[in-house]
Amino acid sequence: MGKISVRFFARYAELAGCTWSHVNVETPTTVADVIARVREVFPGTQAIPARPLAALNLRQVRLDALVTEGDEVALLPPLSGG
Amino acid sequence: MMHLTRHRLELDDLLGEVQSPERGGTCVFLGTVRNEGDVTGIDYSAYEPMAVAEIERILAEARTRWPDARVILQHRLGVIPAGEASIAIAAAAAHREDAFTACRFVIEEVKKRVPIWKKEMHVDGSTTWVDPSGKPVAEGLRDR
Repeated sequence: MGKISVRFFARYAELAGCTWSHVNVETPTTVADVIARVREVFPGTQAIPARPLAALNLRQVRLDALVTEGDEVALLPPLSGG
Repeated sequence: MMHLTRHRLELDDLLGEVQSPERGGTCVFLGTVRNEGDVTGIDYSAYEPMAVAEIERILAEARTRWPDARVILQHRLGVIPAGEASIAIAAAAAHREDAFTACRFVIEEVKKRVPIWKKEMHVDGSTTWVDPSGKPVAEGLRDR
């Protein structure tokens, strides 16, 4: 099992009840699988869309991007900067 | 210059970063918090390390596309009252066309790529998260 850091922001942090945590998953895995695990561990995140924007180690990625031990996955609500 | 700040944006600081005698055209974009409806201000938050990394990637792309131009941007975070600027971009180039184009490129990329979020603050003390189209986020969240 690998430990993956997960970050939540804005409304998603409210749904998760935290801004940072981690999940344990078999690695290597994908961002989509990390999100699936997040939904189990943080029931509030089930209100997040099935295919949210996501970042891996500070870059937006597709949900099939590979994740390994020690990586950081962030779930990003719709961006609204500017 | 720090790309993210919690202080008022100072245009002179940005201009000082980009202007020089060989650059005859300078274009500035300011994004300002609107007082739409009963909005008194917007609370901006960010995934700060990614926001900084993404802004640096956007500016690097601008340098590649317009090698003789200089472009800088600052985004303000925290509570910003209506009427004050949340983002400032300054682009200076030898001629105006590159200055306008580079400035436009940077603001459009920021909107698409930089992880920053708005929470509108209302007169009655309530708050609303905002989605990219500018409409409040309802229960059925829209993402992609």
